[in-house]
Amino acid sequence: MTNSVVDAPPAQVPDELTPGRSRWHGLRPYLPLVALVVAAVLPYSTLNLPGIFEGPLNSPGTLQLLAICLVFGGLAAGYDLLFGRTGMLSFGHALYFAAGVYGTDILVTEAGLPLWQAAVLTVVGGTTLAALLGAVALRTVGIAFAMVTLAFAQVGAILVARDFGGLTGGEEGLPLDVSGLPPALVGVTNTVNLYWLALAYLAIVVLVVHRVSASPTGRVLAGLRDDERRIGVLGLDPYRFKLVAFTLAGGLASAGGVVYVLIVGGASPHITSSELTLSLLVMVVLGGPGTRWGPVLGGVLYMYLDHRLTAFGSSEAVNSLPAFLSRPLSQPLFVLGTVFILAVYFFPGGLASLRSRLTPVLTALRRPR
Amino acid sequence: MNTVVLLTLTGLGLAALYFLVASGLSLVFGLADVLNFAHGLFLGVGAYATWWASGNLPGAGPDGFGFVLAVVFGVLAGSFVAVLVELVLIRPLYSRTIEQVLVTVGLSLAGVALLQATWGADPRPFPRPDWSRDVTSVLGAQVPNAGLLLIVAAVVVLGALLAFLRWTRYGLIIRAGVENREMVTALGIDVRKAFTLVFAIGGAAAALAGALGGVYFGTVSPGQGGSLLIFAFIVVVIGGMGSVVGSAYAAVAVGLLQQFVNYYGTSGLGDLCVVGLLAVVLLLRPQGLAGKVAHA
Repeated sequence: MTNSVVDAPPAQVPDELTPGRSRWHGLRPYLPLVALVVAAVLPYSTLNLPGIFEGPLNSPGTLQLLAICLVFGGLAAGYDLLFGRTGMLSFGHALYFAAGVYGTDILVTEAGLPLWQAAVLTVVGGTTLAALLGAVALRTVGIAFAMVTLAFAQVGAILVARDFGGLTGGEEGLPLDVSGLPPALVGVTNTVNLYWLALAYLAIVVLVVHRVSASPTGRVLAGLRDDERRIGVLGLDPYRFKLVAFTLAGGLASAGGVVYVLIVGGASPHITSSELTLSLLVMVVLGGPGTRWGPVLGGVLYMYLDHRLTAFGSSEAVNSLPAFLSRPLSQPLFVLGTVFILAVYFFPGGLASLRSRLTPVLTALRRPR
Repeated sequence: MNTVVLLTLTGLGLAALYFLVASGLSLVFGLADVLNFAHGLFLGVGAYATWWASGNLPGAGPDGFGFVLAVVFGVLAGSFVAVLVELVLIRPLYSRTIEQVLVTVGLSLAGVALLQATWGADPRPFPRPDWSRDVTSVLGAQVPNAGLLLIVAAVVVLGALLAFLRWTRYGLIIRAGVENREMVTALGIDVRKAFTLVFAIGGAAAALAGALGGVYFGTVSPGQGGSLLIFAFIVVVIGGMGSVVGSAYAAVAVGLLQQFVNYYGTSGLGDLCVVGLLAVVLLLRPQGLAGKVAHA
């Protein structure tokens, strides 16, 4: 042991002295802004990407798919506030999203309210619902908390499916009555406005989540994730902070529901199912829980794959495979579930950790032999 | 009176189905701390294996001894899948609870999709013996035989499980492991063998629930396990994680409550009452009816 010689680590070269990197380093803080601008002007492009999208970028179908992806990116970022940043495993997040979707739909279609009133009422209602249910559910911790949230979400699913009072349309869903909506949000030609709405939602969620996690409250949340008892010893009340995170995430999810119902043009009962929460969990874990961009990336990618894998599954390349391969591959959930299991084993940090995982490989390759 | 008897017996049939799913779930959670979302998959495998066997396995069929053979095949298949899942996917992740939950979540998504890919999303008619379609007169009420079959099966499984836990060496290890896993390991006993065993038992019980549930509902579909699983979770939480007897009591309470309220109130109200019961139990007695102790 004493004889072993330890190699001296190579001297660290300060980043600003490395040639070629300094120019880009100054730009890094502005990259999200650049990405936002690129995403905002995307609908002006008529670029055709065969195999990736069915039509050119500015066609309504592509824009709608992108808008759905963006909304789910925002939802995943909001869910990450619970799972990745506070360490709460909630299986009932679909409930608040569904509250946003059905709340807006019912207020606009059945009650005939103008959209902005319906949206405000829905977000306030969804946030209140999250606060009330969170206050009960947070009396338990860990796995029991997961179970209670799952049960509450199940109540929502039952209420929607059984159609009490004839409000939700039951299994058939409830198409959105577009006659009272602002004309800029209605019709195939105006899909681009919905796309921008979804982009704005995503930007707001990302901003809120970042502001919260950078604030003193966010540090307490991270502390709760790592060691809840210690937060208690420091004299802070874990219950209150968790309730704040839960309520905020619920409010963000119901706002996402408002945007989603406009994009899709109606509500259907499958969004209340526990499967939606499970897929949010999959998105966050695939992207990288607790990271800045991981959940957003995971959400966008998951929804994209979920939609496009159906087309991929019925394509020629898959159909020409033998049946025992082509049939499972035509099920998007089979592919995504398998990828997810592999990710849990081999990429615990998700997509966001790809960079730090590849760095040692790249440096090893670059080192002169 | 007739209605009450009928509702009680059908409620108990439902409770039997819940118990078969929940007992394995509860033991797995109590011993290995694994919240198993893939348990619904074991149920699906059992149902489809029974369905397949009665059509294709020589000697098996929809009636008489052939039906027993088909069910046995289904149970073995469910048990085999459960052991495989434990050995390949769960075992490398022990003591990492969140990752285990995530893996079982992924497995439940992928597994159900695989069933759907192989046999289609539509419900398939389940081959069932003719006598299971008939009714038996109990105290003046006409009770479907399939429900009675479920009750008998659940009572047999409950008795067998309790006998196993009380009088065998492995039962002793499982009971001790539920109470204090570290201590069992410290005494030099490989508690992981007990994990595999518990998965096998849980998978077999769930597969039995799948096969008999197929007889009860008359059809088999890929998503069947998922909807039962949520109520089984509720049963496990109400009964107390790790307690077989607690699961049995909770299953009876949940099944009867659901059946009676759904009949006398609006349809669907019973499901809501069950969740209400869960909230009450959690607020008053968070460890469940029996707590985290495997009572034999």
